[in-house]
Formats: sequence, C-alpha cells, structure tokens
Amino acid sequence: MSAVTAIGPGSQGAGMRARIRDFSDAHRSATIVISLAIVAVLMTILPKIPPLSLIQNEAPWFDAFANAGIYVLLAMGLNVVIGLAGLLDLGYAAFFAIGAYAYAYSNSPFSGLDLPFLPMLIVGAAVAAVFGIALGAPTLRLRGDYLAIMTLGFGEIVPIVFLNLDTWTQGTNGISGIFRPEPLPILGEFSPVTPYPYMIVMVFIVAIAMILLYRLQDSRVGRAWNAVREDELAAAANGINTVTTKLLAFALGATTAGLAGVFSASKLTIVSPDQFYFQVSFTVLAMVILGGMGNIWGVAVGAFIVYLIQVIVLKQLNSLKEALNLPAFDLGPIHVNISGIDFTNYQFLLFGFALVMMMLFRPEGLFPSQRRRRELHIADDLAGPIEDDPGVVGALGEAPGADELFDGGDKPEGGQ
Amino acid sequence: MSDVLRAESITKRFGGLVAVNTIDFTIPEKSIVSLIGPNGAGKTTFFNIIAGIYDPSGGRIEFRGSPMIAKARRAWLEPILWIVPAAVLGLLTYVLASAGAPEGIVIVGLFLTIVSLLIVMVVGAARPLPYQKQLRRVGIFRSARPNDMVVAGLGRTFQNIRLFPNMTAMENVLVGMHSRLKTTWVDALFSTPRDQKEEVTARIRGNQLLELVGLRGVGDQLAKNLPYGDQRRLEIARALGSDPALLLLDEPTAGMNPNETKQLTDLIGRLRSELGLTILLIEHDMRVVMGISDRVTVLDHGEKIAEGTPAEVRANPKVIEAYLGAPPE
Repeated sequence: MSAVTAIGPGSQGAGMRARIRDFSDAHRSATIVISLAIVAVLMTILPKIPPLSLIQNEAPWFDAFANAGIYVLLAMGLNVVIGLAGLLDLGYAAFFAIGAYAYAYSNSPFSGLDLPFLPMLIVGAAVAAVFGIALGAPTLRLRGDYLAIMTLGFGEIVPIVFLNLDTWTQGTNGISGIFRPEPLPILGEFSPVTPYPYMIVMVFIVAIAMILLYRLQDSRVGRAWNAVREDELAAAANGINTVTTKLLAFALGATTAGLAGVFSASKLTIVSPDQFYFQVSFTVLAMVILGGMGNIWGVAVGAFIVYLIQVIVLKQLNSLKEALNLPAFDLGPIHVNISGIDFTNYQFLLFGFALVMMMLFRPEGLFPSQRRRRELHIADDLAGPIEDDPGVVGALGEAPGADELFDGGDKPEGGQ
Repeated sequence: MSDVLRAESITKRFGGLVAVNTIDFTIPEKSIVSLIGPNGAGKTTFFNIIAGIYDPSGGRIEFRGSPMIAKARRAWLEPILWIVPAAVLGLLTYVLASAGAPEGIVIVGLFLTIVSLLIVMVVGAARPLPYQKQLRRVGIFRSARPNDMVVAGLGRTFQNIRLFPNMTAMENVLVGMHSRLKTTWVDALFSTPRDQKEEVTARIRGNQLLELVGLRGVGDQLAKNLPYGDQRRLEIARALGSDPALLLLDEPTAGMNPNETKQLTDLIGRLRSELGLTILLIEHDMRVVMGISDRVTVLDHGEKIAEGTPAEVRANPKVIEAYLGAPPE
C-alpha cells in the first residue's frame, strides 16, 4: 500500500518502505489502527504549533478536521459503490440526508426524543441502508448511464421531499436545536468551543469503517464486486448473483453515508434540505476520483485533502487578498478587481480544473489502487511479457485500445 | 443412464428471425455431445438458452431432473406471489386500525409491512423461493437465470474469451468458485475463522484446477497478459471452479494451432474420465468433433438436420450439403 507508506512516519529508504508494505499487507487492521492513531496524534499536536497555529486557533482546526472526517466517510462509502462495484451513483447525498434526519428525529425538541448518540450512529446507518435497499432493489437491474440518471433523480427527490413535508420536517427551516452527544469519559464535553471529542470520535469511526471495508474488499464479496465491474455477463455465468452483489455494495455505501449523516447532524445541531443538494454528491464524487477510485486509503486521503483545500486554503487566499488590498485596474477591456473576488465561490471551478488535469495526466487518481493502475496503463502492460504474441490483443475482445479508454473503457458506470 | 439435460421443443425468435426452431435435445450423463453447423445455424443461441442467458420463446428445459427454463405461461403471477406476505400484513394492519386499535400497534403493523415488502423484494430477486420448483413445473415461475444454472451445476465458457482481464488467473478461478464458497459478507466483515479457513482451501483448490488445465504457476499473472491458448484454458479452469456436472464449451479450440488443439482435445477427454463431467461442445474443427464425441447434433438455420454417432453424421448427405453446399446436378 503506497498510500500507507506515504502516511506512515519516517518511511525513508526503499528497504524501510518495503518492510512497511509487507507489514501492512499481512496485518491490515493493525496498520489501519496504528496509522490512524498517528494521524490523531498529529491532528492534536499540529494545530498547537506554527505554521498551523498562525492560521487559526486549535478549536477551529479540530472542527475542520472533524468535518473533513465526515467527507472521508462519505468518500469511502461512495468508493464501495463506484470504485469497487462500478455503479455510478450521482445521488449519494440522499443517504447522507436520510442519516442526518434520522438523528434529528431522535434527538431534538421537534420530536421531543433524546436518544443516546452512539447507538443512534448504528440506527441511523441502518435506516439509510434500508433506503439504499429500497432504492436499489428495483433499479439495480439498470446499467451504466440509466442507473446514474436514476440515482441522480433520487438524490434530487430526497431533499425536495424534506423541503415540502412541512409538518414533518419544518421545510426550509429544517430541524434545529438538535441535542449534542452526551459527554464521554476522558474526552469530555461535545461543544462548539471544544470540538476535540468530535474529532476523536470521528477518527474512531473512520478507523472502524476502514477496517471493515478492507476486509470486504479482500473477501469473496470483494472479488464478486470486481467481477461484476469488469464483465457483468461473465460474472453471472460464473454463479454470481449480480443483483444481490450490486445491492450489497449499494446498501453498504448508503450505510456509510448514513453514519456520516448522523455525525454531521449531531455536530451542526441543525439539518435542513439545503445541506444535501447535488453539490454534496458531486463534491464526494470528485473526492473519490481525485483520491484514486478503488483504493480505500487513497479516497480517504483525497477527501481529507480536498476538504481542507476547500475550507482552509481558499479562506486563506481570501484573507491574503484582503491583507494585500490590491487596487482594481483595467486590462484592456477587462476590469480586474482582485479585491472583489471571493475565492471560496470558486471551489467548483477548481474542482473542474483539477478533474480535467487529472483525466489528462493521471486518470487513476492521486493514490490509485494496483488494479486501477493496471487498467488505465494498458500500454505499459502490453510492452511487458506478451510483446511477442500479437494474438493476445485480439484475444480479450474488450481489452486494450486507446479509444476505449475515452469511450467509457474505464467504467465507473459499471459493466458496459 | 439418465439424462443430465433434457430440452423439449426449444424455440427462440428474435423479432421475425427464428434463430432456434423447436429443437429437442438430450444429453446423457458422462457423455460428450457436440453441436455443429455452419455459422449462423443457431448453435450459440441454443447454448445461451441452456445457460439461462436467453429466455426461450417456447419449450422447456429440465436440468438434472428439475425444471429450469421455460416460457412461463402465467409469469405475471410471480410478483403477486412475492407480495402476498406483505399484502396480508398490510391488510391486517388496516383492519386493526379501522377497528380502533391503539396507535402503537398500527405503527408496528405498518413497519412490519414495509419490512416484509423489502425482504420479499430482496429475497425474491436474490434466491430461489422455496416453492419455486413447483411453480416452474406449472409454468408460473420465471426461468432460471445464468447464476441459478451455475448453482444447479452448469459451467460454461464463451465463444469470445470473457475472462476478467484485470484480475489475476487465480482470482479468475476464485470467482468461478464463487457459488461453491459459503462465506457471506458478514463473515468477511468480522473475519471469522470460517472465512479465513475457506479462503485458504479455496486457493489450494484453485491451484489444483490451474494445474489440471496445464497452467501451473501462472496464478499471479493478470488474465489479459496470458497467451491466447492459456486464456482459453483459464476460462475452462474458471468454469470448473463451480464443480459443474455439465460443462458447456463454446468453440474451445478456435484460433489454436494443431498442436494446441491436440492438447486441448486431450484435456477435454481427461475432464470426462477424471472428473466424470458431461460435456456439450460447439466446435468447427471436425477432427476434434469426430475424435471425442459420443454423439453429434447438426443444426442448420435453427433446425436440427441430423443427429447420431460421428460416423452416422459424417455419412449424412444433408450434413454434407449444409457444410459444402448442394452438389452440382
């Protein structure tokens, strides 16, 4: 796992790197626990010292890290659906919304209930899973583009339903005043001024999710996902029930999103439909693609980085611009006023630019899985052991060919 | 000797084209039966019907004594049967609500209704319902899908190789064993001893299968990097992963040189003698067909024009005409 070594401490030298890789392959769960423990320690210490402490106090840093964790969870869940099973899901935010509203009902003055936080994590995830199954069971017979349109529709419908069911969801206002989780021993109070417990709980959730997802990926189920993604007909002809296999991926993706939703609702203490529009689905999708589709570590790191760029770097650009206070000037017919630009409004422009660059230069993502790299660098493979046997190129009907790459050959849409 | 597969008056129409026309076909146990005919004769279509990929327009197929594939006469009844449990619960809830039962009971009833509907949707889509076999006999239940056929004991290869190109040879074979492995996703989540043990035994078995088809030591190579002949063998190994009773081979020697063809013919012979498989073969190479088949069936334009031992078929003037055209008068 190259991503692990990239995160791991002091991985200088090839020998050290190889040893870490061997260890991480043999003891996957232990590696995840150790790495995330290190990450947690770093996230605790770094905001206290420059340069991070110069940007903002430690509380906003912890807050940002906890929020980044929400997106890490979302990206890991979407990675199961898109990266492992190859189903393009454009309405992923719907399940995030369902998890969040599930927590809002269980812990707010609106419903009058006050259920404990940790069990509600599981309940919220389960509710999202039920909706995932309910949506998936009739629609997963569709393929590729059709499935994408279906999920896109679902992603649009869910916030609109929450918006219009006034009596149940308080419409645009959303459900506010959601109770914060009860204080935990050692960690203390969950509150906006001390967001540290949120961050630590988030690291725990991410660690558990990551361990479980890795186990699934390496199991019989993970192989079936892969087979369905590569060739659905051949998978069916080898005894894989493609419907249930895809349904499981879809439900697991929904479960992870529900988990993130519960956490998000408990942290923001308000849920409203405008938190769950298409831009969330799109952001998470961009994180998965940038991070390296199919690689659990990769998408987690990708999501973390993208989120921090989005909320910290762009804000820093704004304050830099204010500090410089550049005068407006005319560049020919164009009036340039840098002081008037709000950089945070340009995040989608940046995403678009980053995605285009990515597709051109590194289509497998920043931290690709071995498998993706092999798929997208066919030329390298063909130069390998079969150079003297041109028959092979034709042998796998759907294998190489440059135009296939751009014609949906790399199939996030799944199958054909 | 009983029949592994019995097909009765199978017909398949694609729009106006009759690809397969009322073919009766049986495969006796532990035999090698070949299906030959010119291109476009309907061989592969017939194959795909047996494998559950196409639903026939008419006729039925019995596989190892169970009805598997039929044009269901009352297939529209099937979804209704799925919904029966949920409908009963829903009705009960409605009756309770109108009789003035407390709100809590009504909510629980509604909840159970929704849950049962979900379960039925998923289970109905997922696995054979307990009464499926009986319903299929009277023509209510849908045909078996390809994965149901594999579970019932059928393995197949494709005319154009359809391996999973970016998976290793071993992973391909493991996917082939999918239907025979028992670990569920829950086992995988908790990494139970059963899961770990099965994974080890599956890999041992996978190595045996690779060795059986003559692919020792290529387990770690990507399927797409194997030479053409090895890809064909790997596809056979993958099909063997599900421990099939009947193996369908669609032109296994296509594109091979005489030496490779000979090796593959030997392999097919060994599959029968060592594993006790029944084999249905589509093949264009007459030396292969005549050499190993017990029986040969000839198709032309979707019709069965001849059937018999290789010697009988070879002497049949209709067969010669189909392959070489009518002799000049």
